[in-house]
Amino acid sequence: MTFHNIPSRRPRFLAAAAIALGTLATPLFADENPAPADATLLPVFKQFGEKPGLIALMEDFMVLLVDDPRTRPFFADADQLHVKQALVDQFCVILGGPCKYEGKGMKEAHEKLVINEAQFNALVEDLQKAMDKHEIPFRAQNKLLEKLAPMQREIINRR
Amino acid sequence: MKSPAHSMKTSRVPLRLLFCLLGASVWSTDATIAAETMTVGESTVAVPENNLVGSDKLLLTGGINNVEGSAGGGLTPWAVIGGYGTRDQIGANVFYTRVNVQDYHLDDYGVTVGLFNRVELSYARQRFDTEDVGAALGLGRGFTLGQDILGIKLRLAGDVVLDQQDWTPQFSVGIQYKKNDQGDVLHAVGATDDAGTDFYLNATKLYLGQSLLLNATLRFTKANQMGLLGFGGDRHDGYQPQFEGSVAYLLNRHIAIGAEYRSKPDNLRIATEDDWYDFFVAWAPNKHVTLTLAYAYLGNIVIADNQRGLYASVQVGF
Repeated sequence: MTFHNIPSRRPRFLAAAAIALGTLATPLFADENPAPADATLLPVFKQFGEKPGLIALMEDFMVLLVDDPRTRPFFADADQLHVKQALVDQFCVILGGPCKYEGKGMKEAHEKLVINEAQFNALVEDLQKAMDKHEIPFRAQNKLLEKLAPMQREIINRR
Repeated sequence: MKSPAHSMKTSRVPLRLLFCLLGASVWSTDATIAAETMTVGESTVAVPENNLVGSDKLLLTGGINNVEGSAGGGLTPWAVIGGYGTRDQIGANVFYTRVNVQDYHLDDYGVTVGLFNRVELSYARQRFDTEDVGAALGLGRGFTLGQDILGIKLRLAGDVVLDQQDWTPQFSVGIQYKKNDQGDVLHAVGATDDAGTDFYLNATKLYLGQSLLLNATLRFTKANQMGLLGFGGDRHDGYQPQFEGSVAYLLNRHIAIGAEYRSKPDNLRIATEDDWYDFFVAWAPNKHVTLTLAYAYLGNIVIADNQRGLYASVQVGF
């Protein structure tokens, strides 16, 4: 089985219009905010080692994602540097940190991939492994996962 | 012992046949969906295989097996579907539980199958040894009451792990069909039936931010001591609602501690029946084994009061 790099494509006009319409539509049809900031999680942000901690965490996280046969197909040929940077910004914003997330929404970022629940859970397990390695306290880990869990609705697109 | 004035109602469910069909349906679906390909622009992307029989749910999210075989806590069922299978998979586990109180002990074993995180099928066999109480009742020392329990549970709505965005719990509805094998003795203690069905509803919520799980169960039952002393009785003979609740706190990825409460009916004149509660620790070193230890308070059972003791359970998953 070979896995080819999925080429990046600029959204066509129709897709862009659909996205624009989507953001104007009712919440039922709009994409969720990929980086909902929660200022109450600032202590958790500190437990993650703030931005330097998140950068180090994503380094190890990416190594695990490429190493794990369940997630490797999605990351081996991806722009890993870009993904790591986007994740740092996303998690930083979520944990109330002083960052800006300028990446795609979760649905858009994942819609060209085919992801099922097992693969989503595999990524969560790899993230837990990386967080354990960086000695992030269990409760702090769960506070982050609490914010990430609902994103599965936009990421899991395959049964 | 008085001989029964009328014949005990018995049911003829071919339990062994159902169990074999259950086992056959699990193993015959051990199939792997071959890799698919999809086309994106000019590229062809191969999609990894999707295993039908799998254990890809997160650790501890299938619960343990309760004494009636359903997934949840040790004494109460939860809304979770047993096993580690995701919405695309079938998962199963077997369990053995031993409860030792001062005057009795219970051996309990069974199998639970989870289908696509939607339906749960379970079978449990309970053997309740009356030890010296059996002798005191004229039944013989070590007289044992046995019970077969067939369960089916359906997840109605919600996902306990993934629904972190609001307050909504995971809801399930379930049935437990129970058949006791000591009809004559049960009638002698005042029970109406040797078989019965429990109906229950659960709402289970995991507050990931607090590492806390809460469960509430509403059960409609006629079972005396969950069926070990038959169903219905000379004090009360109809279905009554019972309430059960659990709380579990995740200490780390592998260990959960908690407490459970289960209210009980009081259908028999011969003996009071008390509510049950326990405090437990569950340890899952990996997805294949979960060990649970609990201290259970079972109250009065027939002529022995204030029964309390150790509950130990091992669950092995595929």
